Amino acid sequence: MAIIEVKNITKTYNEKQVPVHALNGIDLDIGAGEFTAIVGPSGCGKTTLLNIIGGLDKPTEGSITINGSNLDDLTEKQIIDFRLHHIGFVFQAYNLIPVLTALENVIFILQMQGRPHNECIATGKELLESVGLGDKINKRPSELSGGQQQRVAVARALASKPDYVLADEPTANLDSKSTSDLLDMMHQLNESVGTTFVFSTHDQRVVERAKRVVTLVDGKIESDTKQ
Amino acid sequence: MLYLKLAWRNIWRNKRRTLITMSSVVMAVLLSGVMSSMQQGQYDQMIDNSVGSFMGHIQIQAPGYHDEPILDHSLAVDSTLLRKLNENDEIEAVVPRIESFALAGGPKKTKAGMVIGTDINAEKFLSKPDRKIIDGEYFTSNNEHAVLIGQGLADYLDLSVGDSLVLISSGYHGVSAADLIPIKGIVKFGIQDLNNSITYLPIETAQSFYGAYGRLTDIAILARSPKDIGQIVNEISTDLDEQYKVYGWQELMPELVQAIQADRGSGYIILLVLYMIVGFGILGTVLMMTAERKYEFGVMLAIGTSRSRMAFMLILEMTTITVLGTIIGIVASLPFIFYFNINPMHFTGEAAAAIEEYGMEPFIRFSTDPELLLIQAGIILIISLLISIYPVIHSKKLNPVEAMRH
Repeated sequence: MAIIEVKNITKTYNEKQVPVHALNGIDLDIGAGEFTAIVGPSGCGKTTLLNIIGGLDKPTEGSITINGSNLDDLTEKQIIDFRLHHIGFVFQAYNLIPVLTALENVIFILQMQGRPHNECIATGKELLESVGLGDKINKRPSELSGGQQQRVAVARALASKPDYVLADEPTANLDSKSTSDLLDMMHQLNESVGTTFVFSTHDQRVVERAKRVVTLVDGKIESDTKQ
Repeated sequence: MLYLKLAWRNIWRNKRRTLITMSSVVMAVLLSGVMSSMQQGQYDQMIDNSVGSFMGHIQIQAPGYHDEPILDHSLAVDSTLLRKLNENDEIEAVVPRIESFALAGGPKKTKAGMVIGTDINAEKFLSKPDRKIIDGEYFTSNNEHAVLIGQGLADYLDLSVGDSLVLISSGYHGVSAADLIPIKGIVKFGIQDLNNSITYLPIETAQSFYGAYGRLTDIAILARSPKDIGQIVNEISTDLDEQYKVYGWQELMPELVQAIQADRGSGYIILLVLYMIVGFGILGTVLMMTAERKYEFGVMLAIGTSRSRMAFMLILEMTTITVLGTIIGIVASLPFIFYFNINPMHFTGEAAAAIEEYGMEPFIRFSTDPELLLIQAGIILIISLLISIYPVIHSKKLNPVEAMRH
């Protein structure tokens, strides 16, 4: 059963001046436990699609249904709350909170959810262990390498046990070794825990590891293949 | 706790920016606090010179004396009233007086002078002539036939201790008043007008001189706290019948009130300019901070931080900076204020002469009234917090996608 249902969405920027059609009628269903890569050339609409699926942006037309909830029916506050409880984000530039340690970054979302402190700490440590950073829990982002920061970002994204993780070009700033390690780790989480991952990427190494590849060209799905 | 920790760490993330913002607040509190203290010290001195050190904070008079201060508008001494006033805890001193004018004469010259007939013990609490004696001695009884004379008047009339002063005037109900009175002491006042015209007589001697036996022109009252004057005036007024009128110093010296109000107005303008300079300084750093952290705010929104939580965090940050700045500002102000309270700022030369022209002693003693500093600190705190609303509003309008493109 699909946990993400995208129905005929379009997204047009600058509607009143020079319209830019970022997405032109996308239909896409993503099932639980999928490991999906959205690929395509720059400007094809990958990030826009990810933002819309993540409730960060609204489509010009069409609808997004997540686990049966239509995002159009939610208020802004409900969407923020929805993101907090149901979606994990991994960004190209890691986007950790610079003044918090690795552990504090991971448990930040749990604390916002109002979980007990001890539970937050235990979960945070466990997640950092699972991404191979058990010895770096008290390091701040500036003290970690790019690959390590991205691992912390993944741990943060998984902390609240989200329905799915959206990762926007997660390997764009990483070297080959870090990319490989990160992909291994995410693949393992996908296999063992069943976490759903949706990537936008240019990176052929990510594409090779994906179970499903959706190719966008000029805001339309050109191909959708399972590997 | 989470947001407090985040706010505290964010504050010290860019130390320079935080220190600039905090310094603006510190300087604002320091400047406005010290300026207010100086200004209030000046007013207190004006009031003290004119009121607390001579006229009294409150006067009880007979009806008509305020508009036409002549002996015919005097009141009969009421010992019960005087005792009752002396028993009032809010009153420090009750000084029965008979005040008028007389022509004062020496061997060659004459000059119009003030005659203050007063209770010699009570007067020690108000104009304190006993402490201003530069030659001779103070009175020993209220019926002593002796006079204290201002140093300026004594010099003009070429008189000294042991000489006799001629006083000629018109007394109660027009009786003629004339006497030759031995000079027991020379008093020196900081206020030149008083120094050049004043003479003190013991009260019974003065009553006898003016033929106004058992009569007073006013009962001068010194309050323990000048702030309670309005309340004391009301209390006394309700206890007294129509043969008495009670005036606070503001009614007795409206010109002083106007002078203070006019000066306070110009002070407000200076403070307003200061507030604006500081306000824009803080706004600048707040704008910088908001622009620098736009991306971060976008990320926080994206991962599920609610706008109200983010606003709360920002308010905590700005509140911490401004409260710390305000506390440091208050602490930094205290040494200046206390130094110039203990060591008043003295004026010399033309500046001193100009101040004396206004009947004031030529120095400013800074006020240590804590209310002044707290009010200024409060105003600066409110301005800073109002400015901190900007990032809050900004975060409320922030679109996470646009912010993360920043």
